[in-house]
Formats: sequence, C-alpha cells, structure tokens
Amino acid sequence: MSLIIEVENLFKAFGSVHALDGISFNVERGAICGLLGANGAGKTTTIAVLLGLLTPTSGSVRILGRDFLADRYAVLPHMNFSSPYVDLPQRLTVQENLDVYARLYGVNDRNSRIDRLYDALDLAEYRDRAYSTLSAGQKTRVALAKALVNQPELLLLDEPTASMDPDTADRIRHYLKDYRARSGATILFASHNMNEVERMCDQVLILHQGRIVDSGSPARMIAAHGRVTLEEVFLDVVRTPAAAARENPAPGQNL
Amino acid sequence: MPSAAASWGRIYAIVLRYIYLLRGSWPRIIEQMYWPTVQMIIWGFVTQFFMTNSDWVAQATGVLLSAVLLWDVLFRSQLGVSVPFMEELFARNLGHLFASPLRPAELILALLVISLLRTLLGVGTAAVLAIPLYHISVFEIGLPLIAFFTSLLVFGWSVGLVIASLLLRYGLGVDSLAWASIFALAPLSGIYYPIATLPDWLQPVAWVLPTSHVFEGMRKVLFDGVFDTGFFLNAVGLNVIYLILGSWIFYRAFRSARNRGLLLQVGE
Repeated sequence: MSLIIEVENLFKAFGSVHALDGISFNVERGAICGLLGANGAGKTTTIAVLLGLLTPTSGSVRILGRDFLADRYAVLPHMNFSSPYVDLPQRLTVQENLDVYARLYGVNDRNSRIDRLYDALDLAEYRDRAYSTLSAGQKTRVALAKALVNQPELLLLDEPTASMDPDTADRIRHYLKDYRARSGATILFASHNMNEVERMCDQVLILHQGRIVDSGSPARMIAAHGRVTLEEVFLDVVRTPAAAARENPAPGQNL
Repeated sequence: MPSAAASWGRIYAIVLRYIYLLRGSWPRIIEQMYWPTVQMIIWGFVTQFFMTNSDWVAQATGVLLSAVLLWDVLFRSQLGVSVPFMEELFARNLGHLFASPLRPAELILALLVISLLRTLLGVGTAAVLAIPLYHISVFEIGLPLIAFFTSLLVFGWSVGLVIASLLLRYGLGVDSLAWASIFALAPLSGIYYPIATLPDWLQPVAWVLPTSHVFEGMRKVLFDGVFDTGFFLNAVGLNVIYLILGSWIFYRAFRSARNRGLLLQVGE
C-alpha cells in the first residue's frame, strides 16, 4: 500500500504555545483516518498545515509522494476540504459557488460534475438559492459538495456532519464511504462524534496538547483499553494521556 | 511553473466570482455609479459658477469636473482592489481560496481585473452623464485621457494592495482604511490646484506621488493644449515602483498570515 500522507516530526509554535509538538504519522492510500482530540488538541492546526494554510515551525510533510511544504501547488489540485471554520461567499447562489470552485480546481466537465453532486447530496432544489439563505445543515452539504467538486484523491474534512440531522448525517457517511470505495480516495477527518469515527474510520489518531497519544484501528484501541466504545477509550486517553501512552504505545503511528 | 491556461482559468474564476456578486446585488451596481455621479453633479455646478465668474477657470472648460472624475478613477480603482478582498474576509472564504490551487499572484491579477471593471462602470457612467447635463466631455481630452486614466488606475491598485495587506494582517478592524486612506493623498496630489500652491517644503513630497504628475499633466492639456510627456513618464516610473512595492507588501502579509494561522481565522 502506498502512503498518501507522510508527516515527520511536525512542530508548530505560536509564541510559547506548542500547538503541534513533534507529531509523526502516515496515512495509506484509500484509508479513512479519524483525527480525535479535545478542543485545542491540535486537530485543526494539523489540517491547516496539510492544506498549506499554515506554515509549520519545523518538520516535514509529504502528500501524494511530493514534498508538500516545498511544492504544494503540485498537490493542491488533487486535494480538497471542508470545515465549519471556513465559509463560502454568502451572497452567491449554490450554483455560482460550485461553479467558481470547479473552475479554480480546473474541473473540465463542470456542469455534469456539479449536477452529479446535486443528486448525490440532495441539493438540486437549492441550486439557485443564495448560500446565506440555507440552514446550517444545508450549508454543510454545500461545503461538502465544494470539497468533492474536483474528485479529490485526498479529502480533509473537519467535522463533516456538524449541524446535520441524524438522517442526513447517516446519508453523508454512506456517501463518503461509497466515494472512497469508488475512487480509492483517502479521507482524513476530524470529529468530536466518537460513534461516527468508530463506524467510519479504518484508523484513528488521538491528539492531546499537540501530541499523538494513541493511534490504531478502533477495534484494536477498544480491545487494548478493555473498553466497549471508542468514546470510553478517548476519555481514558485524554484524561490520563501519559499513563495511556505507557500502557498502549502507539504502534509506529503508521496509519 | 503553472500552465498559463490553468492560471488564466483560475484568474477568470475569481473575476467571475465578483461578477456573480455584482450581478446578484443591484445596490452594489448602483453604488458603483452613485458616488462618481454625485461628485460629478456637485462639481459640475461649481464649474458652471466659476465659468461665469472667473476668467481663470473659464479658460479651461471643465477643468474641475475633469479633475473630479479623474480623482474618482483613483478612488474607485483602490476600492476595486480592497473592497472585494474585504468581502472575502467578511465571507470567511480565504481558507477555501488559498487551499485551492489559486496562487496569491493570480488572486492579485483577478482583483486588478475586477477593479478595472468597477472603475469603468462607475466613472464611465458619470463621465457620459456629464455630456448631456453640462455639455462637458472629459473624452475631449483625447488620447492623454487614456494615459491619465491608466496612471491613476495603477496607483489605485498599489494603494489597494497595501490596504488588502493590512486587512490580511489586522483583520476587519482596519476596514475603515479602505474608505479613508486615499483621501490623505488628496491635498498632496494637486487635484484642483497646481503643486506650486503647496508650501515649498511640501512640494518634494507631492512630487513622489504619481497623482501630482497626472493632475499637472491634465492641467497642461486643458490650459495649454499640450501633452507633457515628462509628467507622463514620471507617473509611469513612479507607478512601476509603487506597484512592485504594493505587491511585495501583499506577499509579505500573505507569508505572515500563513505563519500566524490567520488564513483560517482572519475576521474582526
């Protein structure tokens, strides 16, 4: 299996605060990798570095086999993301927003690609509505459509089902798994929804105060901690991260 | 190096994004034309008054009105860069833009294109309306008008890039600069009076602005019927320096924003 993300000894400091404190991990092609952590643990910082929106203090990042920090513009056309912390232009319609981003990513068959996304994400009825008039859940789906518009090989999702009702969230999870199966894409997503991560992810990274304190498949982590759910494991790890790391050292953190 | 076709495609996408915004908001279209037209009407009456009461101004029909319209070229072109950039901050959209293959240089070029379109729409409307209202046509300046227009447009871009850099660094807390900063240059630009009117010690400061050379050149055309290439070349040279400086400051601000994590957070 080839590696899509290779992160080595990544540091990011904001003054005296170490947002990332030397994290290293790999993600294999086609994997769905969950990024867990309490608020301020470093999830969004990690994703921002992987998107080129944040320059790390030190460390190396290779994505799709390329040195991302030196040559991110060769890689960015093959990636995409959505995050509740970044929005789309409010006054543009859904169609206009998707059209602009399809052009930015150089999508050739823009209209058919956007039409397919309308069908898949149940957005057709909103295509001519201004983005500002949509509900939070609808906006999250539009942001997801934007994230899929270039059929990315690597999809970074920050809380992808935030603000969605359970039915819609379940449809989105199925769509993402189906997209991974059809395209072989790799998905890295940060979430506070432990049940979602447990159901979706092949591998999980738990971040605490800028460090990876545990990693592995959900099943392995649950078994290793003698727990029933990933949420229980998460609470064990973030409440006593040093002890958890001693008992369950992250196995190479090669995801 | 990016392929030229892909690069132009991305620049076009950003231009289209602002055209979509304008197209979907009639107040924004009206706003482009409103201020230049109001200025033109006010100064048109002032001009008419002077034409019947002052020999000096009567020698150059429309000199004040031409000055007002050309000043508005500078103001509109600066706003044309800084306001669309500010809209990205309001929309919290910078993260999406800069995580896409869009390069900072491509965003700058798109902002310059949309600035040109907004300036043509605003000032062009007022200039055309002045013909039936006051029988004054700024177009009678002829070819030198293109030189003056271009010089002011480019200087407006440079100022707009510096303001966009400040917005990137300090967020929307400095948004008032977008509207107010250009007026600090007005007294030094000799819009309505010759630079010689300024105190001696202030005149060297005025001459480092391309605007001073443009408005002196404009008066030369309107009073003497002569296009002074010296003024024009000085304005071009200064504009090259200011545009390089504006772009460099924007790049520095962008790099700083990437270091500080502001592309995801920038706002109020």
